[in-house]
Amino acid sequence: MHTVQPLAACARFFPVRYAVVPVMPSSILGAISPSHTRLPFFSHRVPAGFPSPAADHLEKHISLDELFEIRAPHMYLVKIEGESMIGAGIYDGDLVIVDRSREAQHGDIVIAALNGEPVCKRLHHKGREVILQSENKAYPARYILESDEMMVWGVVRYSVRDHAYV
Amino acid sequence: MHTSKQIFALVDCNSFYASCERVFRPDLAKTPIVVLSNNDGCVIARSYDAKPFVKMGAPYFQIKDTLRREGIVAFSSNYALYGQISERVMTIIEGMVSSSEVYSIDEIFCDLSGRMEDLTVIGRSIRDRVLRCTGIPVGVGIAHTKTLAKLANHTAKRLQAQTGGVVDICDPHKRDWVLRNTAVGEVWGVGRKLNAHLQAMGIQSAMDLAKADKVMIGRKFSVVLERTARELAGVSCMELDEPNPPKQEICCSRMFGKRMSEIGSIKEAVATYTARAAEKLRAQGSVCKKMRVSIRTGMFSPDEAKYANGVMIVLPYATNDTLLMTNAATQAVDHVFRPGYRYSKAEVMLLDLRQPGEFSDDLFALTQPETSNRLMGVMDSINSRWGRGTLRTATVPAEPEWGMRRDFMSQSYTTRIDQLWTAKAN
Repeated sequence: MHTVQPLAACARFFPVRYAVVPVMPSSILGAISPSHTRLPFFSHRVPAGFPSPAADHLEKHISLDELFEIRAPHMYLVKIEGESMIGAGIYDGDLVIVDRSREAQHGDIVIAALNGEPVCKRLHHKGREVILQSENKAYPARYILESDEMMVWGVVRYSVRDHAYV
Repeated sequence: MHTSKQIFALVDCNSFYASCERVFRPDLAKTPIVVLSNNDGCVIARSYDAKPFVKMGAPYFQIKDTLRREGIVAFSSNYALYGQISERVMTIIEGMVSSSEVYSIDEIFCDLSGRMEDLTVIGRSIRDRVLRCTGIPVGVGIAHTKTLAKLANHTAKRLQAQTGGVVDICDPHKRDWVLRNTAVGEVWGVGRKLNAHLQAMGIQSAMDLAKADKVMIGRKFSVVLERTARELAGVSCMELDEPNPPKQEICCSRMFGKRMSEIGSIKEAVATYTARAAEKLRAQGSVCKKMRVSIRTGMFSPDEAKYANGVMIVLPYATNDTLLMTNAATQAVDHVFRPGYRYSKAEVMLLDLRQPGEFSDDLFALTQPETSNRLMGVMDSINSRWGRGTLRTATVPAEPEWGMRRDFMSQSYTTRIDQLWTAKAN
């Protein structure tokens, strides 16, 4: 013995389907008491109006992590202390994002270890001379001498400033 | 010439912990460094230039004078820093090879099979790129089996100056030279005891083991050593990434930073260790049915009263719920704690580990409620986003008085925004 039920909810978009539900003989054992078991309530919401024309054009949010590549294994965050790079737009307390994968070129702003001390300067090559240049007239250029030890640690790629406190 | 044989490379960081401490301390580029174990107990890592003066495992209090005399700088272990730099190193290498297997915090096996370039050139480019991008020096060993790659790496380290840190022994002549010139005790997996046995049998060099009768080795020692011998002879028996089975037990035990006699602070410590162990349990997707909680006093100091005790807890159902486990563990402390002792260590061990649903209990057996699973899921995601211990049970203190002694800890240069490296612009 079979009964046939149309699944009406889907009728709008799909041709009518039929579910075949066998009916079994059954007997009830004792009185039925409430079980307090919650049953999930399913609602199939079908938008009644016109579908959003933007739905097919949704894109993910813009991520600063991705833009600045700060999750890349060669990128580092470094805090800047001092005023000597303000001409390049890098102020005291700014955060710079440093790329260690790039070979530093003439003109790059770099983080360098000068005699063991980390500094932020612009790297210049003049003939055979290497100069760490400041971007502030109050600070003289630092010529690297033979007695100096200088290692370029990384190239500054971006800088970040909190404008609420400037 | 390249054959179709497999080619493995083992990349291994040189004096990894000490090298990490130098990344943001260019002033220490030429200063010898040692790194101390938890609680600043003993030496667990040395830079090359510290090796002649300090033995591995030397207790800190014994070598204080040597350090001062030789100008060696000591650091407490900063695992947040080492873990982060390790991740960077591994990510860079993974991007340069087709497949790889991270073997430990400072070692990774790579597959170089079928590569057309000169293998030494590949090794050099890995070395250069890792050094430039992270500041960590690495050695590269290349060979037809994992065991030989490990040996090649060992040789690269030993003959750093001649090899530039890259050794390729795919060529049989080079391989044989390395085998002849390496003591069997240096072979991967040959410990001190095994070494003594092999020496007694006349197996002294790696070459002797490679040429030994493999069946006899298997019978006399183990299949593991038999496999090692085959791999030394050039037959690859180990693939990349043989998956590690989930752990059968999980333990979290630590010495306190100082002796403790109050039950309250011991409960705090036990709750903290339980939370950590439960995190590890969830990370491998397991649940546990039993826990063992134990505490003890110092065992070696002659003028302290000694006491140690532990208790086994059977949980109501197999669980990985930090709340339930913390509750059980702190109650267990009531059972084992005796007043009047100065405690030095607690241990939380999770036992009877299983995968959820591995054993079907009977229909009426309790199982972990779905709400606990969801709560733990939220807790883990908050803690992974905002840092370990952001969301924790109230028993776990933020800054415990019994915490580890880390008197010489470097900054968390890469993981804490308030501790970033600072460069001067002046």
